[in-house]
Amino acid sequence: MPATTTNRSPELNNGLSWPGLVWAHLRKDLRIEWRSRDAVNSMLFFALLVVVLFSMAFDPTAATSREIAGGVLCVATLFASVSALNQAWAREIRHQVLDALRMTQGGGAAIFLAKVLANFLFVSVVQAVLGPVFFVFYNLHPLGDARLLALVIPLGTWALVSNGTFFAALSIRSRNRELLLPLILFPIFLPALLAMVLSVKTILTGDSSDPDLLWIKLLAGYDIIFTTVSLMLFDVVLQAE
Amino acid sequence: MKKLIFGLIVVCTLALMANGFYQAMYVAPADAAQGDIGRIFYYHVPHGMLCYLFFSVNVIASLCYLFWRRNSPARALAADAWAVAGAEVGVVYCTVVLITGPLWGRPVWGIWWTWDARLTTTLVLWLIYVSYLLARRFAAGSDVPALAAVLSIFGALDMPINYLANRLWRTQHPSPVFGGDPDAGLKDPQMLAAFGWNVLAWAVWGLVILGIRVYVQRRQQAIDGAAAAAALAEESFTTN
Repeated sequence: MPATTTNRSPELNNGLSWPGLVWAHLRKDLRIEWRSRDAVNSMLFFALLVVVLFSMAFDPTAATSREIAGGVLCVATLFASVSALNQAWAREIRHQVLDALRMTQGGGAAIFLAKVLANFLFVSVVQAVLGPVFFVFYNLHPLGDARLLALVIPLGTWALVSNGTFFAALSIRSRNRELLLPLILFPIFLPALLAMVLSVKTILTGDSSDPDLLWIKLLAGYDIIFTTVSLMLFDVVLQAE
Repeated sequence: MKKLIFGLIVVCTLALMANGFYQAMYVAPADAAQGDIGRIFYYHVPHGMLCYLFFSVNVIASLCYLFWRRNSPARALAADAWAVAGAEVGVVYCTVVLITGPLWGRPVWGIWWTWDARLTTTLVLWLIYVSYLLARRFAAGSDVPALAAVLSIFGALDMPINYLANRLWRTQHPSPVFGGDPDAGLKDPQMLAAFGWNVLAWAVWGLVILGIRVYVQRRQQAIDGAAAAAALAEESFTTN
């Protein structure tokens, strides 16, 4: 019977699956960044400044730097990414790009996930460049299992970027969004920051205070819960007006 | 008539609070280990329990707002008033918890504050809800309630962590008195009575304040709605 034919015109669907939509959004963000390199450059320089500032302000010895290095790295990334995250959405406000995005298929979740992936990539690039500098400036020599850093830092970065992207979109229409984003992001990010700092500290100092890797598990749990909630609620933020 | 009922409620609330104070300060015996300083327990714990209640009001109202937003705007607006009121009263109660805690900690532990799991998560809870209220103030326009409702759901995620903090980890904060070990709990009936009266008194007091705050917010919404309607009418008058 012809009545049961699926009524999907190729113009409407474009043949894109949900991951395809995410990839399309992601490609757009990556291309914009590739052409301007605004976010990565500004974050990199800003984070470098924070690292230098802390290093001068505390003038740490090798033992203290192991204790504080995790915190300094996290806070430097945090400050640097806040400014870039604001720009990530502010860019879409110009020429009503956000309104156009709202009308795309796939809903807010695809836009959100693509934005998070793009920002995650940018922040990771910054950390990859900054990491060696950091080890040199602070004379670091990890005493614990350094391979775990490759697990902890992406997990912490994901927590930061996922929440940050969400709340940047939330605060984008407010009067003073530059101020509002840190005000709402920092308290909610605090548990993840604590977990990240403590696990980095355990790895660098090599103490056995956390043999079950409880803090890393906690960080992973935080990532899963908050990313899920963000994905579910992003449509509300996008269509808030 | 309305004023009479309201006056009666206020008098009853004040009487309850006076009785709670009397029970806690004069009737209940001093704590065997801590002496009189232990009496702060009758304020600290009820406020801690009740701040969960008001934050729950906030998140339930926020969920109702998101649910009704499209199909029933009038009800959604009412839910938003409850959400604001819940967050504000909850922050006040949480502040009391954070003030009475160090007041007790200083003589008993010898320090005002320590970064253990319970204290830290309570502070984070307080910070999240203060930022919720700040966000409501900073963001302007018709989309504030929806954005605030979303933020409230994130805030509520910290509540279970806070509740479980001294159950999951061995914290410096005392282990739970209720709902923890079977050995824990108040054994003295007079202590239990004083605790119960204070929970009741502060719950009623908080609910009265919550009611007043909802009423004020509803009035404000009515004024804003009337102003918007007047502006629209004027605009259509000038364009015609």
